[in-house]
Amino acid sequence: MKILTLTFLTCARKSCKPEPTSYPLHPTSAELEIIPVDFNPLFLRALLPRLDWPTLRILCEAFGLPGLQEEAPEEDALFLQPEEGGAMEDVEVQGEKGKEVVEDVEKKGEEETREASQLAKDLHHLLLETTMQEGKLVCGCCGHEYAVKEGIANFLLPAHLV
Amino acid sequence: MADGAAKAEEYESQHVHQVYEEIAHHFSATRYKPWPIIAKYLQSIPSGSVGVDVGCGNGKNMTVNSNIFIIGSDRSESLVKIAADKKSHDTVVGDILDLPHPLGQFDFAICIAVVHHLSTRERRVQAVGAVLSLLKQRNSTAKSDKDATALIYVWALEQKNSRRGWDEGGEQDVMVPWVKKGSKTSEQPDKIVERYYHLYRKGELEEDIREVGGEIVESGYEKDNWWAIARRCDQRVENQLGPQ
Ligand SMILES: [Zn+2]
Repeated sequence: MKILTLTFLTCARKSCKPEPTSYPLHPTSAELEIIPVDFNPLFLRALLPRLDWPTLRILCEAFGLPGLQEEAPEEDALFLQPEEGGAMEDVEVQGEKGKEVVEDVEKKGEEETREASQLAKDLHHLLLETTMQEGKLVCGCCGHEYAVKEGIANFLLPAHLV
Repeated sequence: MADGAAKAEEYESQHVHQVYEEIAHHFSATRYKPWPIIAKYLQSIPSGSVGVDVGCGNGKNMTVNSNIFIIGSDRSESLVKIAADKKSHDTVVGDILDLPHPLGQFDFAICIAVVHHLSTRERRVQAVGAVLSLLKQRNSTAKSDKDATALIYVWALEQKNSRRGWDEGGEQDVMVPWVKKGSKTSEQPDKIVERYYHLYRKGELEEDIREVGGEIVESGYEKDNWWAIARRCDQRVENQLGPQ
């Protein structure tokens, strides 16, 4: 299970959902493994505004992973900035099509010519490649423990908790 | 839990969940391609979106669009293990009526061939409500293309052209046989297992969606199935899910 996924999970019990202490679930006795995934910087750029950064920071700390910066990065930080001369040339090459391109970018989130930064690669590694293979996820509200085995978390509740 | 609900759950455990566990591998081998409506829907989702595939089965719908992130869930651990091979997405074992997700956080949801396995109207409506409640609240400004939506897909009663011969006016709660092929080498004979289905009549899926405060964006019929794309239109979706 990926760390990105953990930011979208909470306790399965209906009575816990409204309680802030049920999110995020607390990983314990976690075994992490790196599972390579294709790097997709355009996806990452579009995902960035949807990330729950404070929760990611909590999870990194719980896993003993290197701390994240305090504030979520700006989109531009995911890409290397072109050198001044290069940028000028780019603008000229695009010429009159410039406006169209900008609209396209907003619409589809495509067309990115800049090279991804180290920060983008680190984020990709953290969110999508770092996976919890074994351990437990504990609800901070009811204390129920959900087992994670072979990378799969099981959220089926025993009958008396449904 | 009410006695009726406990009975319904026990019934589904025997006639749906245990059957899927038993047929998982054979079932998965026959499900390798998403249906056209589903592929089209997933391709239309904006890049960077995060959504759920509730009842993801073997995960065949999870690889359509590589610019979105999907968290799949299924009640069958065997199917989830198969789905877990889709490395760019993620899967968990979970029940549609007790989903392990925070409410109102997702850009989209799909729920394909799942709701028809619940054996009472009350539970089917609850299931639809559970899926819609995961969607982000719509923008306060009028209708927008960017509203979070869910695609729900169920088996139709009207299947004139299928070999099963079901059609309008027929029995809606049926048992459907699955022939589990035996193995010649170990002299295992074929085995027939049956799954419970509630076959939806025309308009019924839309009724269930409206019942929980959902609004139909688009709906239709595709090869023996009714489908609907819906969004949340008011607070009722959330109220349905309060502690019971
Ligand atoms: Zn809990």
